[in-house]
Amino acid sequence: MEKRVTFGGGVLPYLLVLPQMIITAVFFLWPASQAVYQSVQLPDPFGLSTTFVWLDNFKFLLSDRYYLESFQTTAVFSVAVTVLSMGLALLFAVMADGVIRGASTHKTLLIWPYAVAPAIAGVVWLFLFNPSIGVVAFYLKYAGYHWNHVLNANEAMLLVVVAAAWKQISYNFLFFLAGLQAIPRSLIEAAAIDGAGGWHRFRTITFPLLSPTTFFLLVVNIVYAFFDTFGIIHTVTAGGPERATMILVYKVYADGFVGQDLGSSAAQSVILMVIVAALTVVQFRFIERRVHY
Amino acid sequence: MAAISIRQLRKSYGKTEVIHGIDVEIEAGEFIVIVGPSGCGKSTFLRMVAGLEAVTAGTISIDGHPVNDVEPKDRDIAMVFQTYALYPHMTVHNNMAYGLKIAGLPASEIDERVQRAAKMLELSEFLPRKPRQLSGGQRQRVAMGRAIVRNPRVFLFDEPLSNLDAKLRVQMRLEIKHLQRSLGTTSLYVTHDQVEAMTLADRLIVMNEGIAEQINTPMRVYDHPASVFVADFIGSPAMNFLAGRVTANGDAVELDSGSVLRADGWSLGADTGRAVTIGIRPENLRQVAAGDADLTLQVVAIETLGADTLAHGFAVGNGRTGQAPNKMKDNVAVRLPGNSQIAEGEKLALRIADGMLHLFDAATGKRLGDG
Repeated sequence: MEKRVTFGGGVLPYLLVLPQMIITAVFFLWPASQAVYQSVQLPDPFGLSTTFVWLDNFKFLLSDRYYLESFQTTAVFSVAVTVLSMGLALLFAVMADGVIRGASTHKTLLIWPYAVAPAIAGVVWLFLFNPSIGVVAFYLKYAGYHWNHVLNANEAMLLVVVAAAWKQISYNFLFFLAGLQAIPRSLIEAAAIDGAGGWHRFRTITFPLLSPTTFFLLVVNIVYAFFDTFGIIHTVTAGGPERATMILVYKVYADGFVGQDLGSSAAQSVILMVIVAALTVVQFRFIERRVHY
Repeated sequence: MAAISIRQLRKSYGKTEVIHGIDVEIEAGEFIVIVGPSGCGKSTFLRMVAGLEAVTAGTISIDGHPVNDVEPKDRDIAMVFQTYALYPHMTVHNNMAYGLKIAGLPASEIDERVQRAAKMLELSEFLPRKPRQLSGGQRQRVAMGRAIVRNPRVFLFDEPLSNLDAKLRVQMRLEIKHLQRSLGTTSLYVTHDQVEAMTLADRLIVMNEGIAEQINTPMRVYDHPASVFVADFIGSPAMNFLAGRVTANGDAVELDSGSVLRADGWSLGADTGRAVTIGIRPENLRQVAAGDADLTLQVVAIETLGADTLAHGFAVGNGRTGQAPNKMKDNVAVRLPGNSQIAEGEKLALRIADGMLHLFDAATGKRLGDG
């Protein structure tokens, strides 16, 4: 029999959900509706009046070369961040799972980067790679390589990818480790007795059994790369050089708050909102159904 | 089929030794059951044979070749786990075929072997299913099937029936015995269930605290338990124990209550006056007239099982410890015919069947010499 607390009607149940409703309304519904409203408006140069322009903002965006380039940049950036952070996190988790001595120290150290705020993470990596004063850049110069992400687009992309992935490894590591530890030891032992070597066991038993975790992290990491990396981009490259690291979420900021094109910025937000909604739907659909054994 | 030879096998975790030197020679095709209470080291012992635990000292040889440093996959063994350890993301067919695929057998032979094993275990219709779509008994059979298809030299069973309900357990017990007999594969089977141990084993290894207390056939273990521990562990209800000592002329034992029991067939000449623990199986006691009694039972509880009636109580004037009987500790059980009319609170006059005494040293718990 299901145990469930029931309320005898009246105002109490409404009071109890009220705080959550208020938070949702103030921090999501209101700004979201503002974004939708703004996305069909065109303000005059002084911001004193706005004109209703139907979907002109969207039409303009979809024919804007810079916006379409930003889509490409975002795709490259998110795929790189996701693959790098999940790959390394899985590697670390598998290794940490096998560690017996000092296991908790290993785990604690691996979790630390998660506690670093994105902007701080960006600054840390910036200090390491700053072309004039960065430690790593200094040694690269010794090795004969002139690192300059301020001018070189590929280096700029590499740097923000590494910084963003570095911060997310901890999170992925935690989930992978928990996933690994949830796999019964006897399964691995059975596979060992069945004749499977280490790599074969990982490929045919461990990795398939991790697939729910992997898929969950895949979605979370894409969302992370899309939205939560603003701070890193802002501190490290500010979208440059020449828009090489201008991901969608940074372009919203750059166009809206720097370029003062509020209509276009709002339209971009609405497009991002649609993307995140789609990702969420995919996640729920698949996690509930396909990716289970 | 393979013979297994185990010499002075020891296992330590850090400084704690959990297995203290086990020696046993297992013949090809033998069914050995390792039985003992929780924490006696029986699973560790099996896992060392499997290669899942490192051996601290001693040797394990299969067919004359030491395998201490051989990986599990190269030992040519198959193991059935308590939790079955089926691969949840694979169908029954693939679960059984997994080891064969790794061994690199041709697909046609893999399929033939799987089909044959599935037929033997009545699993044919379940081959396309996933483990979660099967009942406990079916999963158990898949685990067996996975072991059978590989046609290994040795089967290892780690409490394979503990997760099944009582009825299914009896059925699977018979199936395992039948399978082992028809395949003739050397088997090691770990259990804490003495009924499984008695019914399955060619020979039993009774383990206690990391020591093999006795290694012998089930009936020999039952009739000649080597120690108080074995006598107490094997048999249900457990053997009754009473305190006493060997009489002056060495041909009898005297209970604390004053009754004297003849110890025919025991050579106790060297033990006169020695304090002993006297063991009597519940079925070796029968009800007699008061004058012929060896001991008197104060009945505390009665269990009617249909075929038998068990009377529990304590022996008047005689405990296990040499002191006045303690109701909880010095329980004496008697197996009487099912139609016995007895009541709680009654006193029963009981006589021990001739020659059905077990004598153990009161201090060490070891069986005394009985020729």
